[in-house]
Amino acid sequence: MATSSVSKGCFVFKPDFKKRKISVPIEDYFNKGKNASEDSKLRFETYQLIWQQMKSETERLQEELNKNLFDSLIEFLQTSHSGLRKNSKDWSCQIKLREIPTAALVLGVNVTDHDLTLRSLTEALQNNVTPYVVSLQAKDCPDMKHFLQKLFSQLMDCKVDVQSKEKESDRVTQKNVHYSMDSLSAWYMSITQKADPKVQRRKRTSWQCQSPPVVLVLKDVESFATKVLQDFITISSQHLHEFPLILIFGIATSPVVIHRLLPHAVSSLLCIELFQSLSCKEHLTAVLDKLLLTAEFPFKLSGKVLQTLTNIFLYHDFSIQNFIKGLQLSLLEHFYSQPLSVLCCNLPEAKRRIRFLSANQCENIRRLPSFRRYVEKQSSEKQVALLTSDRSLKEETQSLLENLHVYHTKYFLVLRCLHHFTSSLPKYPLGRQVRELYCACLEKSVWGSEEYASVLQLLRLLAKDELMAMLQNCLKVFQSSSAKELGNTAKKIEELLAQFQSLDETKEEEETSQSQSKELQKTDLYHLQKSLLEMKELRSTSKRRTRFEVLREQVVSFIDSLAREYLLPPDTQPLHETLYFSSAHTLRQHLNAAPRVALHTALNNPYYYLKNEALRSEEGLIPHVAPDVCIAYKLHLECSRLINLADWSEAFATVVTAAEKTDANSVTSEERNEIIHARFIRAVSELELLGFIKPTKQKTDHVARLTWGGC
Amino acid sequence: MPHPENVVLCRESQVSTLQSLFGERHHFSFPSIFIYGHTASGKTYVTQTLLRSLELPHVFVNCVECFTLRLLLEQILNKLNHLASSEGECSAHITCETFNDFVRLFKQKITEAENLKDQTVYIVLDKAEYLRDMEANLLPGFLRLQELTDRNVTVIFLSEIVWEKFRPNTGCFEPFVLYFPDYSIGNLQKILSHDHPPEYSADFYAAYINILLGVFYTVCRDLKELRHLAVLNFPKYCEPVVKGEAGERDTRKLWRNIEPHLKKAMQTVYLREISSSQWEKLQKDDTDPGQLKGLSAYTHVELPYYSKFILIAAYLASYNPARTDKRFFLKHHGKIKKTSFLKKHEKTSNHLLGPKPFPLDRLLAILYSIVDSRVAPTANIFSQITSLVTLQLLTLVGHDDQLDGPKYKCTVSLDFIRAIARTVNFDIIKYLYDFL
Repeated sequence: MATSSVSKGCFVFKPDFKKRKISVPIEDYFNKGKNASEDSKLRFETYQLIWQQMKSETERLQEELNKNLFDSLIEFLQTSHSGLRKNSKDWSCQIKLREIPTAALVLGVNVTDHDLTLRSLTEALQNNVTPYVVSLQAKDCPDMKHFLQKLFSQLMDCKVDVQSKEKESDRVTQKNVHYSMDSLSAWYMSITQKADPKVQRRKRTSWQCQSPPVVLVLKDVESFATKVLQDFITISSQHLHEFPLILIFGIATSPVVIHRLLPHAVSSLLCIELFQSLSCKEHLTAVLDKLLLTAEFPFKLSGKVLQTLTNIFLYHDFSIQNFIKGLQLSLLEHFYSQPLSVLCCNLPEAKRRIRFLSANQCENIRRLPSFRRYVEKQSSEKQVALLTSDRSLKEETQSLLENLHVYHTKYFLVLRCLHHFTSSLPKYPLGRQVRELYCACLEKSVWGSEEYASVLQLLRLLAKDELMAMLQNCLKVFQSSSAKELGNTAKKIEELLAQFQSLDETKEEEETSQSQSKELQKTDLYHLQKSLLEMKELRSTSKRRTRFEVLREQVVSFIDSLAREYLLPPDTQPLHETLYFSSAHTLRQHLNAAPRVALHTALNNPYYYLKNEALRSEEGLIPHVAPDVCIAYKLHLECSRLINLADWSEAFATVVTAAEKTDANSVTSEERNEIIHARFIRAVSELELLGFIKPTKQKTDHVARLTWGGC
Repeated sequence: MPHPENVVLCRESQVSTLQSLFGERHHFSFPSIFIYGHTASGKTYVTQTLLRSLELPHVFVNCVECFTLRLLLEQILNKLNHLASSEGECSAHITCETFNDFVRLFKQKITEAENLKDQTVYIVLDKAEYLRDMEANLLPGFLRLQELTDRNVTVIFLSEIVWEKFRPNTGCFEPFVLYFPDYSIGNLQKILSHDHPPEYSADFYAAYINILLGVFYTVCRDLKELRHLAVLNFPKYCEPVVKGEAGERDTRKLWRNIEPHLKKAMQTVYLREISSSQWEKLQKDDTDPGQLKGLSAYTHVELPYYSKFILIAAYLASYNPARTDKRFFLKHHGKIKKTSFLKKHEKTSNHLLGPKPFPLDRLLAILYSIVDSRVAPTANIFSQITSLVTLQLLTLVGHDDQLDGPKYKCTVSLDFIRAIARTVNFDIIKYLYDFL
């Protein structure tokens, strides 16, 4: 915004209301993609549809995974207080200490994910145990006062109430009250007495009794101030009979932390029971299984992208939330950058869309590398037809797309089947998890790899019952799917199984003839592999193989043929670009930012960001036109830990004036020196602000470097 | 009304001292009384029963609950109000911000109330050690409340800390100090046997208490805790009697039955490794308590791959002298003998001295050299360091000047870090200077 004023100063600009109101519809952002605006709206809608499906699927999955944990927790909460209430006249209950029932909930180190779990837990508790569920965070509670204040205000909010007026008047009076445990229990008394008839009228039998307990969830207990926690527990244990409190500790590390936080005097007031949530790695496996290892969703990730996402998960944060966010980002990026992603939907819809493809889009298809490769393999007439006629192209595309979908259904079946064989081998050459196998298969033809060869070797050493178990698992995989295409395979497995069974009957005669082979069946230790292999080779040359060995060989070759036939890497398939997102680099840039590297690049190579041709320079040279701070930065890289300011300034001046010698006459040298000096000072203070140097007292006129190495 | 001596066991001398201090109803008593003694030595119980059974007007306040001055003063005044109005009629809530107001309002209340005239009003402050953390004028003010209000009032302080730790620098009115000594084993036996269950004879229960004390007396003298344990384990003790395997007098048999059980209880329930309800359930099902793992059994913490290495690097940085980094992490460090290389103070084991703070840069440098693959200094790495701090596996030391580079300390134990290192196949002992 500009002013007509000549003087310097602060000017107030009121926001232009008209401009504000025009909000750009989200799908318009898709227009600005580099590849013009091909079906941008359609793409956006498809994106939203697929994302909705994926999201609801993950939510359903999470619910399912949490179910066990929640059920046991709810049971604990329901019994804990009712037990105490029931037999208060009993001898033992009179004497026993009244402990606060406490659930220690170990949730894993991914603190960001706790929120979601605890939120659904709160919901579950509100439906099943008590309407009064409050959750507090450590940062809200620096002392007792804030702790109780938060507790109070949240309790008021979660009061289920028909008469909202009454609630408001309540709140007004509460404002003046100082928060204390007394007022809390007084509030509780009034609420339960008032609520009694209401509860019965509404037949909320799930709350069981007239006085529902108050559940307090403490998120990440580790970061609570110990004093606050101790005081709160001491106080509330004294009020337990009038204020039935239940604590839930959300623990990120291990339950030992409770003992570290609370002294024995306080922890003896608690009745702690431990609950453990599903480990996040298992959680990831489940999510991958439901979202990516299925033909249900057309969208797929390429090997590199999947690797990036799982690496961020396993190496950095263990956060399922982040993983799903990354997945969403890649989905969005795919639809944004790939114009042909309109075809990334279910098959009938995609076929319909192909019919309405514009000429431009057809051109896009022709430009796809995978499609070009496919065309080159065709006969010359067909090539001409495909390249010139849009109609034949569309027909071909339809059939290719259909092939791709069929390929996927088979692919995942065979993948799971192969996983059953590889997952129980010693040392896991192709990984223990199906995702590792999937990554390996996505990257390249898996049968070309060394690991695959060693898998086959190991399979050849397996004993009969192990092989049979694997085959049975595979059979289950094939039978569970409705795909007809692989019916033959299932039949083949059945046959193999039958043969193994028949082996039992004929076994005895073989035992007498070849007792040596039996030894081999028993020993399948990995470290003996080599010697055994040698022995086996010797034997296979010298001796006739047993029937079992023949059969085993059949199984191995069967698996091998399956893999070779169906586990082709996706980039061999024509049109795979429409379904696969492969730009791992973009994803890494967004998800795994490197601030230090970016800063270094900006200062070391300003051309990278500024795109000014004058700044283009060879490695090691410092262009004199570069921003002052860049020059100063480059010079300081050459220094050791302490930098002499005078030398630095000298060097700076030399670089800056290097090219100016010709037109030096215009300004007097003294004036120019002063300007350069001022520029140098500014550059140095900018570097200080950026955290590269700091003033030091070790030596006069020196500054200390805060980074090491020439970077 | 039972006589206090009959209700309060083993505290005869204290009760009589207090009684003589209180004197007659209308007598002025000592302005402030300070009672101290260990946890569960009967301070609160004795005071409360005494005041109740003598029907003296008193206000009982627990200082833990009153975490602000205002709360404390208001609670005293309101309770006093309640006391004065006698017949249920609840008067308005009193607000009181300062001690000055308190004295004024207190005077007013006492003069107004008919039933409080001509008798000593007692204010009991339980857990008085919390008063020290409040405003400085509070404690001296309460000590000479009688003088300040010019009314017949006595303040009783109950605390677990000796009076010397209370005395403010500026000096104050000295209260009458009364010590409640710990219960002896005989006292404990007597008190615990007192509350025997109605269905069993007193002797039977006393024998049980005797065994219980034999096991637990060495570790726990807390009466409350002992009572709790006694109740928890009593069903197990009765078991042979209920089954008819032993008579009530068959002490030896009963002892053999209960002793190992109690020892197990000492390692589990007493330490709150297993909750009391779980313990009861175990008893009922008659399963082996060994099957149920306590809280401490779950020490394993699952961490992301780089977090493990960051933690290992932090541990190395905390326990190795910075000068030795060269030796561990450079390829051609030459041969440096431990003895000649060391300064004198470095010869003591670093593990005895505890973790030392280290700058962030050192942590990163060690991290880069112990991880096999190249680690980019991404935002994720930095956020992992911060989240390790929130998990309290690392702590941030000193000032929070970001430009100067933050300093950290590693707070995990050797066992913990060894377990972590084992999962990533890193032999940490080889890199620790202490184990060279």
